[in-house]
Amino acid sequence: MSAVYRWAPWIYLAIALLFIFLPVLVLVQFSFQGGMAPVPPFDGPSLKWWGKVLANRKITDGLWNSLLVGLGSASVATVLGFLAAYSLARKRRRLSGFYQFLLMAPITVSYLIIGMGLQITFNQLGLGKSLWAIGIGHVVINLPLTFAILYSQLGEHQANIERAAYDLGAGDWRVVLEITVPMLWPSLLAAFFIAATLSWDEFVIAFLMSRFDVTLPVVIWSMLRSGLSPELNATGTLVFIISILAVGVVEFLLWRSRKQHV
Amino acid sequence: MSEKPMPDRVELRRVSKVYEGVTVVETLDLSIAAGEFVVLLGPSGSGKTTLLNMIGGFANPSSGQVLIDGEDVTDLPPARRPTATVFQDYALFPHMSLAANVAFGLRMRKAPKAERLAKAAEMLRLVGLEGFSNRGIHQLSGGQRQRVALARAMAVEPKVLLLDEPLGALDLALRRQMQEELVRLQRRLGATFVHVTHDQEEAMSIADRIVVVNKGRIEDMGPPDRVYLKPASLFAAKFMGESNVLGGRVVESQGGEVKVETALGAILAPGTGAVGTAVHLALRPEQLLLAPHTHGVSLGRGRVEELSFQGTHCRCHCRVAGQDLILRAPVSAGLTAGQEVSLYAARTDVVLLQR
Repeated sequence: MSAVYRWAPWIYLAIALLFIFLPVLVLVQFSFQGGMAPVPPFDGPSLKWWGKVLANRKITDGLWNSLLVGLGSASVATVLGFLAAYSLARKRRRLSGFYQFLLMAPITVSYLIIGMGLQITFNQLGLGKSLWAIGIGHVVINLPLTFAILYSQLGEHQANIERAAYDLGAGDWRVVLEITVPMLWPSLLAAFFIAATLSWDEFVIAFLMSRFDVTLPVVIWSMLRSGLSPELNATGTLVFIISILAVGVVEFLLWRSRKQHV
Repeated sequence: MSEKPMPDRVELRRVSKVYEGVTVVETLDLSIAAGEFVVLLGPSGSGKTTLLNMIGGFANPSSGQVLIDGEDVTDLPPARRPTATVFQDYALFPHMSLAANVAFGLRMRKAPKAERLAKAAEMLRLVGLEGFSNRGIHQLSGGQRQRVALARAMAVEPKVLLLDEPLGALDLALRRQMQEELVRLQRRLGATFVHVTHDQEEAMSIADRIVVVNKGRIEDMGPPDRVYLKPASLFAAKFMGESNVLGGRVVESQGGEVKVETALGAILAPGTGAVGTAVHLALRPEQLLLAPHTHGVSLGRGRVEELSFQGTHCRCHCRVAGQDLILRAPVSAGLTAGQEVSLYAARTDVVLLQR
């Protein structure tokens, strides 16, 4: 009996992890397929499809577009999120709860609805579909996250640190630039990378807001329409690897900031 | 021609604070002399930190004025007051070295770099952290952080140093050590310290003057021994360490003494009071005696209910005429639980409390 109790949680964990990661593992494995079809039996390993991916202009353009939109929209979302969090955490004013609700609200709305809304708005303003439009859409969906992450880091202890700086003669701008921002640096980077990661593999808004310049998820989607191929697997693996790297950076930064604040 | 008297270093003139409809500080006056070590002592929520923040500029009084060296600073922000605050959680800049932390105030005052570094080194030496200049904050222990916070505040040479429960987060042994160091620093710099705490032992061991604060009012104010031995109010008597308090009524008043009828019988105490008024009498546990005193009062016979050995003395609960009295008996008295004892006190030790 006791053996069952001892091993059951581990077996359960293994099954759960397998359930989550098996599709990804299969995807990665068959990106090294030798033949034409990404289905068993596996006849690799071969770097043939990776070579094709890196030579495919559509994919490499999509990759750069995705990086551009991801880094650009994440920068804007982080700066705006910081400003909103700072003002709501530091300046007590009426309706601040309401503003907070408004800032967080987009998180409850589906990307499809946000995308449609943006499309209608841009149409009325006479703005075309472009990478800019995708970037703006990604700022809309990521602002609640960056705001929430940074707001949670602006507690009473940090407020006291800012007070100490004021007390010693620092003005508003110096406090923000020399105390608040450096103090929040790990959280700012974490917020930035989370926003960049989410933008990186976001499809719905990117699809609705793009026409000629498309991001990588949209490229993958259009390739999928002509059927499965190991080239797609390699592209998907590339997306996955970059996401994992970004998540790894976030985890490392958060771990280091926790260690510092003990 | 009479010389104009020196203004007090800090003067709170008829200040009060109402916060969201709640009165945190009732209208009061408080003066602090230059070079004085004043402790604001009170329970949490008593308004002591609000008073400190009024001096430092982190709280604006709802009415009244704050003066430093006779100059009205009521409307000045913290940065423009000649004060510096040491915060309870130290509030050190986590991304800066020790030297950068300590030199921050001078950097804001645009002092030249060489001067800043020299001052930072001097301050760190003063608090016993010589040679730690380039360390980061996260490499320090709680006590060391406390010292850095002190050095940082003192580096700007404030006229008044404000300390907001600075030792609250330290363990007991370290707290005792830091108390001694605070007093030593204050004497050495000749600075004015205003220190907030809820720890009455800490207050007694460091203060030139204790200001007992409760519910936004000053209950008592004076040198530690006076406030401890002759508290001015019932609250001060109870808050400044253990006290035996007896309720009673004045039945006679003459020649600077009153006779108060209590549950333990009539007791004489120094003081004056109108016959018939309800008063309290207070006696410290160490003031209860097991043998009659030449100018003493008898408190009657009672039973030792509980006792615990404390090393230097035995702490006993005695039941006398239905009252629980706490007594510090010498170990040599050899008391045992259940024993009958007679209790006495010196007449001059009995404190008459009118409020």
